[in-house]
Amino acid sequence: MTNPIFTRIEDDIQKSDVVLYMKGSPMFPQCGFSATVIEVLNHFKVDFEAFDILQDPALREGIKEYSEWPTIPQLYVKGEFVGGCDIIREMAANGELVGLFEQNDIKPKG
Amino acid sequence: MAMEATVIEEMIKESIPDAVVTIQDIRGNGDHYAAHVTSQEFSGKTRVQQHQMVYKALKGKMGDDLHALALQTSVPA
Repeated sequence: MTNPIFTRIEDDIQKSDVVLYMKGSPMFPQCGFSATVIEVLNHFKVDFEAFDILQDPALREGIKEYSEWPTIPQLYVKGEFVGGCDIIREMAANGELVGLFEQNDIKPKG
Repeated sequence: MAMEATVIEEMIKESIPDAVVTIQDIRGNGDHYAAHVTSQEFSGKTRVQQHQMVYKALKGKMGDDLHALALQTSVPA
């Protein structure tokens, strides 16, 4: 691992159970795909940490290399890459996402 | 920037020869596609790995020339 950004990504995805790399902020997503994943996370009422890759060109390139995944958003649960918008949407619809949260003891807020 | 649906299909088939590809131009503007890819090669792989195979086939076009490709992958029934 030569890329220092990988160390930072690893720290960040270990620190919080649910981490989303996105375009824009949860309040103001800058892309429809990021907005969709935010909607899904809000629907399941889970706490998450979001990083805006538009604010950070090194992170924007680094995260794609790290996961070998060419697009943003990217969702990580317990340090593992789960998927982008299509996969998250599919998993939300078929119940897999709830299963993944339960399995990892990630509970809805409130 | 836009990409022809036929080019996308050819690129996928070049690296996944048995792939059955269905592509839909969602907005009719050559920039927002939905693709369903079926291949025996996906067998035993996670969904993330299956999508990664398709992205690799597109050789960096994804997220660049191609902004939106809603992807669904499956193993032939």
